[in-house]
Amino acid sequence: MTTTVAPLNDVQTLIVIGNGMVGHHCVEQLIAAGALERYRIHVFGEEGQRAYDRVHLSEYFGGRDAESLAMSAASLYEQTGLALHLGVPVLEIDRARREVITAKGSFGYDKLVLATGSYPFVPPIEGAEGNSRLVYRTLDDLDTIRAAARQAKRGVVVGGGLLGLEAANALKSLGLEAHVVEFAPRLMPVQLDDHGGAALKARIEALGVGVHLSRATQSISAGEEYRYRMNFAGDEFLETDLIVFSAGIRPQDALARQCELALGPRGGIAIDEHCRTSDADIFAIGECAAWNGSVFGLVAPGYQMARNVAAQLCDLAAEPFFGADMSTKLKLLGVDVGSIGDAHGALTGARSYRFIDEATGSYRRLVVSADGKKVLGAVLVGDNSYYDTLLQYAQNGIKLPADPSSLILPHSDGAPTLGADALPATATICSCHNVSKASICSAIDGGCTDLAGLKACTKAATGCGGCAALLKSVFEHELIARGVTVDKSLCEHFAFTRQELYAFARVENIESFDEMLARHGKGHLGCDICKPTVGSILASCWNRPIMDPSLVPLQDTNDTFMANMQKNGTYSVVPRIPAGEITADGLIAIGAVAKKYDLYTKITGGQRIDLFGAQLHELPDIWAELIAAGFETGHAYGKSTRTVKSCVGSTWCRYGVQDSLQMALNIEDRYKGLRSPHKLKFAVSGCTRECAEAQSKDIGVIATENGWNLYVCGNGGMRPRHAELFATDLDDETLIRYIDRVLMFYIRTADKLQRTSVWRESLEGGLDFLKAVVIDDSLGLAAELEAQMQLVVDRYECEWANALKSPEKLKRFRTFVNDKGADPDIHFVKERSQRRPARAEELNLIAAVEVAR
Amino acid sequence: MSQANAAVMEMPKTQVWRAVCAREDLVLNSGVVALVGNAQVALFYVASVGGAPQLFAVDNRDPVTGVNVIGRGLIGSLGGDLVIASPLYKQHYRLEDGTCLEDAALRLRTWPVRLVGDVVEVDVG
Repeated sequence: MTTTVAPLNDVQTLIVIGNGMVGHHCVEQLIAAGALERYRIHVFGEEGQRAYDRVHLSEYFGGRDAESLAMSAASLYEQTGLALHLGVPVLEIDRARREVITAKGSFGYDKLVLATGSYPFVPPIEGAEGNSRLVYRTLDDLDTIRAAARQAKRGVVVGGGLLGLEAANALKSLGLEAHVVEFAPRLMPVQLDDHGGAALKARIEALGVGVHLSRATQSISAGEEYRYRMNFAGDEFLETDLIVFSAGIRPQDALARQCELALGPRGGIAIDEHCRTSDADIFAIGECAAWNGSVFGLVAPGYQMARNVAAQLCDLAAEPFFGADMSTKLKLLGVDVGSIGDAHGALTGARSYRFIDEATGSYRRLVVSADGKKVLGAVLVGDNSYYDTLLQYAQNGIKLPADPSSLILPHSDGAPTLGADALPATATICSCHNVSKASICSAIDGGCTDLAGLKACTKAATGCGGCAALLKSVFEHELIARGVTVDKSLCEHFAFTRQELYAFARVENIESFDEMLARHGKGHLGCDICKPTVGSILASCWNRPIMDPSLVPLQDTNDTFMANMQKNGTYSVVPRIPAGEITADGLIAIGAVAKKYDLYTKITGGQRIDLFGAQLHELPDIWAELIAAGFETGHAYGKSTRTVKSCVGSTWCRYGVQDSLQMALNIEDRYKGLRSPHKLKFAVSGCTRECAEAQSKDIGVIATENGWNLYVCGNGGMRPRHAELFATDLDDETLIRYIDRVLMFYIRTADKLQRTSVWRESLEGGLDFLKAVVIDDSLGLAAELEAQMQLVVDRYECEWANALKSPEKLKRFRTFVNDKGADPDIHFVKERSQRRPARAEELNLIAAVEVAR
Repeated sequence: MSQANAAVMEMPKTQVWRAVCAREDLVLNSGVVALVGNAQVALFYVASVGGAPQLFAVDNRDPVTGVNVIGRGLIGSLGGDLVIASPLYKQHYRLEDGTCLEDAALRLRTWPVRLVGDVVEVDVG
């Protein structure tokens, strides 16, 4: 292999000032372009954290921490030749000596990149200080706002633009009564027109946020009811406990002023199309830079500049920067807002189509060229599903359909989408990472055949994620165009999906794997994919004991031995403790078993007790004792109903409004033994305080004054998802009917090993479709689903009790068929008064002790 | 069949057939484990089309983890090979010769095995 290694004295020093999103992107691009072979790179960040996602800053109050907002793993900056100096502001630039000066000393540079970003503009208002002069830009700012909010009831944001509304959302999520004060006569004056602003105002007010337009704050004084009073013109005022200014940003060009680089007419460091400042060795990118006098306050143009500079510094072809499309789509306070191109119809001859729905507060405006052939711009409030298509029309100059209004009018089957085939190869799919349709096609031609791989190799849809749906449709369209059929076969034995096999089992009354294989499969044996899948389908349909001879070879080891295999080959045992309610005698019985068999015990997250360390041959004895004490199997080993977590509800709790415990018992008793594509967790809370955490469960029930609210399709685990509110104030009977239907519909239509959350996200038509099926019986399935569930319920039998009755079935529970002994290779050590599996390094010690004896 | 071939190949060595269990201890299309000296031998009894079931003997120790669990894995056929999937991390091993489909460096030991009447015998020679 030949590599060119530059001699040491050829290594230049590159300094990047600023570690925000754009500065970080530049570093990433530099690394990717091989810059570390020719530069030592120093990155200076004023803040204490490495670059984080400022676009999603408000999620910091929604539970995300600084680390999860970080743009990269810390290891990115730990490479040789790259040094990140956090919390080290650059104080001065000495262009003559080519040095930057910090409190930690001076650093020489050969090339310098300024990515200093912007700062919030706070208008000079008398009396604005401390908690009446907060800003919303950095994580530190958010910590300050959070501290201020502790003693506050009401908060005001000055500025009704994009960032101001984000800030209002943040105040709202801190539990404050939030208000927005805007100087202009409408919200988001830059992006929206009057009607759009009005629709947005209506929506936001409906969320309980106060909106005050055409108000200029003249001074801030002490308040009477609240801490501060904001005084407007004409004796009007608004009182509040804190004030956040979000009245626009200003480019952070202080260093450029200090070292006398040329500036733009309205501030910002003047750059040419190569992002070069008036000093050829200094570049400026992102919100601190002004191209052609304009500052671009969005991430995508900043990234574009970062890519340009990184490429130039590595002598690669760089795409010059000639301004950027300021189209944007976002969710503000949960309301979709989109703005494309010439949203105000300012261009000569521009004509508009408008759709207004005052009932829901939706507004859409389409601005077309004078000849009616091209889209110039658009405004969307309330529904961004129209955005992708309109943006493609605008960016690619695609010829409008005969009736342009169809692009913004409501359609019964969702927003019109521009077929992926209508997009030219140059169409930008992902503007964050500048990925065109052509580069997606070439990645597919290069062998990318799954969506995850495509994202990894092109980076498309990994920025703001707004293009994910479009990317998927382009990807699928291109695959089909290449004659690639997406193979949905379960495995080599079945050319069908799980859903199709489920339908065969139902329609043809198939009750065994052999029958399924003979009728619809290939070979005579199956494999470890299709056997458990068909086993699960048969259990969901017919609920026969899984230890029956024809079913046993289908199960994974956990179902085969009705216990959970642990890392050392021993099992854990979980008796059912319905709703987490257990008597003292019950606890004593479990304790006695644990003690007798020396089992490690731990309380589970589902309000049960897990007993670890049982060997295969011990399981029948353990279960005989547990069943004698009144316990049943907990199905902790199955893709099946696990637990129904509950609080004590109105029985004990001062706040409980329904008997959540009794409901949890009813639910657990009904669905225990139900096998499904994946595990099922339930919870019932007795009031809105939600102590049972029902909103993180597949099926969650929360008591109300009038009955029960039903939540569906949540889960914790690797990718947590909140359950969604499905129906409100249900009586007991309706609640159970709906749960029957939701679960059986899930079992009928889900893919193998697909949890309810992923299933729900993949349902075309989403939650509304599921509601229609379950509540309105739109498919005419409700009675059938209920009957199918009732069969499973009626056939319930404790699997362990069933197995213990059969000597033939118990034959399997032998560690050795020819020896009564235990596995001699299983070793335990004591830790915190219980035993646990010995680690590899501890095994040698054990052996040594035995030899010594 | 396979056992016979294996036996032929092992001809130079002494054959020492040892009875380990009865036919009724086996579970069709699944595995059981026998202790043979210090070795743990997983016995799989696999139905074949139109013939008597085939019998295989492989090491019960999972080479990835060193834990004795192979006998509790799921059997299946993949690309024409009969395989056992380790219940811990799901690697597939050919019952015929113990080779691993995912990792050429991994292999289960195999033993010649036969049924004499209703007795299962393993060649420990």
